[in-house]
Amino acid sequence: MKLKSLALRKSFNLGATLLMATATILVLLPLGIIFSHILKMGLQSVNLAFFTNIPQPTGVPGGGMANGLAGSAIMILMALLLGLPVGIFGAIYLTEYGKGRLATVIRFSADILAGIPSIITGMVVYTLLVVPMHGFSALAGAFALALIMIPIVLRTTEEQLKLVPVSLREASLALGVPMWRTSLKVTLRSAMTGIVTGVLLAIARVAGETAPLLFTALGNQFWSRKLTEPMAALPLQIFNFAISPYEDWHQLAWAGALVLVVLMFTLSLAARWLGRSRHS
Amino acid sequence: MNCKVQIDKLNIHFGQTHAVKDVSMDIAANSVTAIIGPSGCGKSTVLRSINRMHDMTPSARVSGRIILDGSDIYDRSLDPVSIRRRVGMVFQKPNPFPAMSIYDNVIAGYKLNGLLVKKEADQIVESSLQRVALWDEVKDRLHRSAMDLSGGQQQRLCIARTIAVRPEVILMDEPASALDPLSTLKIEELVEELKEKYTIIIVTHNMQQAARVSDVTAFFYLGEMVEMGPTKKMFTTPEKKQTEDYITGRFG
Ligand SMILES: Nc1ncnc2c1ncn2[C@@H]1O[C@H](COP(=O)(O)OP(=O)(O)O)[C@@H](O)[C@H]1O
Ligand SMILES: [Mg+2]
Repeated sequence: MKLKSLALRKSFNLGATLLMATATILVLLPLGIIFSHILKMGLQSVNLAFFTNIPQPTGVPGGGMANGLAGSAIMILMALLLGLPVGIFGAIYLTEYGKGRLATVIRFSADILAGIPSIITGMVVYTLLVVPMHGFSALAGAFALALIMIPIVLRTTEEQLKLVPVSLREASLALGVPMWRTSLKVTLRSAMTGIVTGVLLAIARVAGETAPLLFTALGNQFWSRKLTEPMAALPLQIFNFAISPYEDWHQLAWAGALVLVVLMFTLSLAARWLGRSRHS
Repeated sequence: MNCKVQIDKLNIHFGQTHAVKDVSMDIAANSVTAIIGPSGCGKSTVLRSINRMHDMTPSARVSGRIILDGSDIYDRSLDPVSIRRRVGMVFQKPNPFPAMSIYDNVIAGYKLNGLLVKKEADQIVESSLQRVALWDEVKDRLHRSAMDLSGGQQQRLCIARTIAVRPEVILMDEPASALDPLSTLKIEELVEELKEKYTIIIVTHNMQQAARVSDVTAFFYLGEMVEMGPTKKMFTTPEKKQTEDYITGRFG
């Protein structure tokens, strides 16, 4: 009886181990496939011209996505300018001041906002900004990206602020420091690395967003001169080139995909590294 | 008696909990008053009401009056921030600002308020650290993290930080309960010295400590103040049976 149950347990153990190993492989496999494929296709076509030139007509060699890279950088920066203050001050309000109904409403709205498909965010910004301004623009693109960033920044900042011990806030208050200064100089400061981590992840998230830019920034084959003009963005260019019928454009799309993936991977790594170093 | 703090029919509720019941105490200037009693009897709650620390707790309701030098600190026209500049607080667990150096911790009250010029700062840091007898131990590493200090040193740093802003009253909530005996002794000596300049109210669950450092002792039980009197008398001939039972270790 005893022996039998031992054998049974052993076979259970083996079964469970196999199951977990399979699951691990099933998770890693798609990642491996995506990475190796992008690497293979992208490395063939990424070159200096990719970073310095704008797209060329099909058949003309030496096209690049410089304007898309710059456009993405500009719109992400503007989105940060808009989204960071809202997200961070919103989070300070929620953790330090908001105890009542309004806080619940804000928290709930942020969760809903985070769950809205980004293409819908794009459509809304289209009717809110693009239509009244009579045209697609970098501003509208940045606004759409900011809307996607805000809930991410808000919720991660809130989590980080909650981790700051009450005793630190009290230490500051007991010294006769007003609440608002305590929030900014003690609480926010103590949570800074965690917040930066969250912001990096938010950037990584919006850097690859295509849908919300389709009806807002639209994209541009050339350099944009104004923020009120349509602007190129890396994911938009990848999209446009990938659906084109031309082989040389496909190559360029792969190069763009590689650059985008490397960028996001770096951001995620940096975020992880920051998150780690804080605890050691 | 020169009365510095006068607590008058103080009641404190947390939601449905009636944590402090009808407490009245007169606290003399430049004296050390110890608050003793079993855990949960409302010692911290009373102490924290003296610098309006409960303002941050939404469920807390404070009624009654606390008169500091003739004016009620709960008066609507008074700013809690200005009260806290006059009534400093030292907490149970040492809580230096972890992101700041030793030097910056001492002048945190100024720095965080955006005050202070450099020359003054050096002088305030040195004299505050001298007062808590920490100067010699840290003068060579003022710009290192405060977290490198031992628990006892951290607590003395927190006291230095408190006196650096020149309060009139210092509240201490079991300031030595997380420390080793030697550090405890140092804190007790410090309390003795500080009363020359400040009025000190110290919460402790250690009766020997109360007997050693205080001039007046108040005994709390279940949110009420049972008895208050000169420390010597409280520990030898208390008037109430409950006080005697507690002091002789029959409960608590
Ligand atoms: N922030 C709070 N919220 C709810 N109840 C509290 C709070 N602080 C203290 N209390 C309650 O008030 C009573 C007295 O607590 P406290 O003053 O901390 O006791 P002591 O310091 O004497 O150990 C306890 O019953 C405690 O549960
Ligand atoms: Mg207590």
